[in-house]
Amino acid sequence: MNLALVLEMVASGLGDQTAVVTADRQISYAELQELAGRAADLFEADGASAVFYLGTSHVAFPVSLFGAATAGIPFVPLNYRLGAKQLDHMVASHPGAVMVADRPPADAWSSSLVRCYERHDLLALLDEQGRASRQAPASDDIERPAVLLYTSGTTAAPKAAILRHRHLASYLMGTVEFAGAEPEEAALVTVPPYHVAGLANLLSNLYAGRRIVYLESFDAALWLDTVRAESVTNAMVVPAMLARIVEEVGDGAVADLPTLRSLSYGGARMPASVLERAFEMLPDVGLVNAYGLTETSSTIALLGPDDHREAFGSEDPAVRARLGSVGRPLPGIEVEIRDEVGSVLPAGGVGLMFVRGEQVAGEYAGSSVLDDAGWFPTRDRGHVDDAGFLFIEGRADDTIIRGGENIAPAEIEDEIHAHPDVEDVAVVGVPDDEWGQSLLAVVVRRPAATVDEDELRTFVRDRLRSSKTPDEVRFRDELPRTDTGKLLRRELVAEAVDRPH
Amino acid sequence: MSQELKVGARLKSAACTTEVVVVKAPTGAVDLRCGGAAMAGDAVAGREPLDAEQAVGTVLGKRYTDNESGVELLAVKAGDGSLSIDGRLLTLKGVKPLPASD
Repeated sequence: MNLALVLEMVASGLGDQTAVVTADRQISYAELQELAGRAADLFEADGASAVFYLGTSHVAFPVSLFGAATAGIPFVPLNYRLGAKQLDHMVASHPGAVMVADRPPADAWSSSLVRCYERHDLLALLDEQGRASRQAPASDDIERPAVLLYTSGTTAAPKAAILRHRHLASYLMGTVEFAGAEPEEAALVTVPPYHVAGLANLLSNLYAGRRIVYLESFDAALWLDTVRAESVTNAMVVPAMLARIVEEVGDGAVADLPTLRSLSYGGARMPASVLERAFEMLPDVGLVNAYGLTETSSTIALLGPDDHREAFGSEDPAVRARLGSVGRPLPGIEVEIRDEVGSVLPAGGVGLMFVRGEQVAGEYAGSSVLDDAGWFPTRDRGHVDDAGFLFIEGRADDTIIRGGENIAPAEIEDEIHAHPDVEDVAVVGVPDDEWGQSLLAVVVRRPAATVDEDELRTFVRDRLRSSKTPDEVRFRDELPRTDTGKLLRRELVAEAVDRPH
Repeated sequence: MSQELKVGARLKSAACTTEVVVVKAPTGAVDLRCGGAAMAGDAVAGREPLDAEQAVGTVLGKRYTDNESGVELLAVKAGDGSLSIDGRLLTLKGVKPLPASD
């Protein structure tokens, strides 16, 4: 199934229903198809090889995405917060492309870009343009690249992952029932278009027939107001957003969001304290933890509402611990945990996670990293418990080897997080002559909190053991994170190397 | 009329407005029909008569399967005919809904 076919199906099945709402404009499924068809005509007339999208979530995002799909060329969303150097490099990597942007083009792009449309100019141009020359895609080909998506690059320079039409179609068909949403359902979306969650979110909600409400920039009070004003039933947030929503609602209060039924989260580790507070303030809302990677066309494992309720209500530590898991793999997704030499580990064994399934792309420009049997090395470390719940400890590259012992930062971070004076924390390995790597904890204190290095080290030593006690604790006003809340550990390591204690 | 089915291929009914996309292809050639008439990429709706015995209809967005051949089809346009493979009527695939994750 080609993405343009997805559009054709929703336009014929859902026609005049509202598809996408942004502050300045809303469009129906039929209008989206017509605008995308016109955009395809425009991109073809430009002779475009690809379509860049540089901007926030807006009606122009699905119009550009489906315009590219209808024209049979890849869609390449770019992170609008990147610096000029990285953007220049990305633009130069795809010569002959057009761009849809919320800003004027940089001079450096003129040699490779065919044309740059300012977002509102594009929509105005499409409104004026004649009827789209066709409603059907240029090609039904499912092997073509549909979207080139740059990975978040927390451990290495960002790479363009290739998602072909068949990968995205497999994800949709495996997880969403066509037009399965009730007519009143609406999804509030705050994840950006350049993140795989933003892409998957758009496709899933369109295919389900759920009205999409875009909030261009996140603000907790505005988010709460929008849920009420737009009668939002479903929402997806990253942990940092949920932390701010919980704070905005306030301690002990119940959030007054009568229409909200489902709140999903993902993108980074969720602090247990934030999740507990969310569960208290939204007693009637189904919480969903979604885990996936750019290279797997988004979600591959889910911790659903019933799992959350069971875990919150359980006295059994093993069941309670599932709140820290990412749930069970989706049907059609296989997961294996392997040790360093590639042997598959039994339940409970901690190792490297490999996944396989039709939605798993595992391909970058010019090369696939799938093995002969189709397994994708996620480079995440984790384990599966006896009941099949998947626990992620973090990136394999983040593992600290101190004196020959493998230490996952997450375990120590979770302990430090439990200290009442701590707002945020990261544990990283710093090169050390004696131990190979030493443990550095970088801590953000709560306002007016006074906890010091000695107290935190004692706090950890009492709970874990001395080899897992930070060798050093530093304090910072905030931690460097990506927009979805992924920690930029390498920046903390670089900082520590530059400025030794 | 038997034909090889290819994943992603789009086939039309000659007896009604049904159009399908192949989600899972069987090995070897099969006789795929809708409303009693053979399906093809370039079929024209209404050119063949609709067999009243095979007229339960197809529903947009639903998937239809045949266990014996392993074929799975997605209806991308609805119509009045019923889908069949080698004389066996396809069955509507039940979907176990997942909680919305995005």
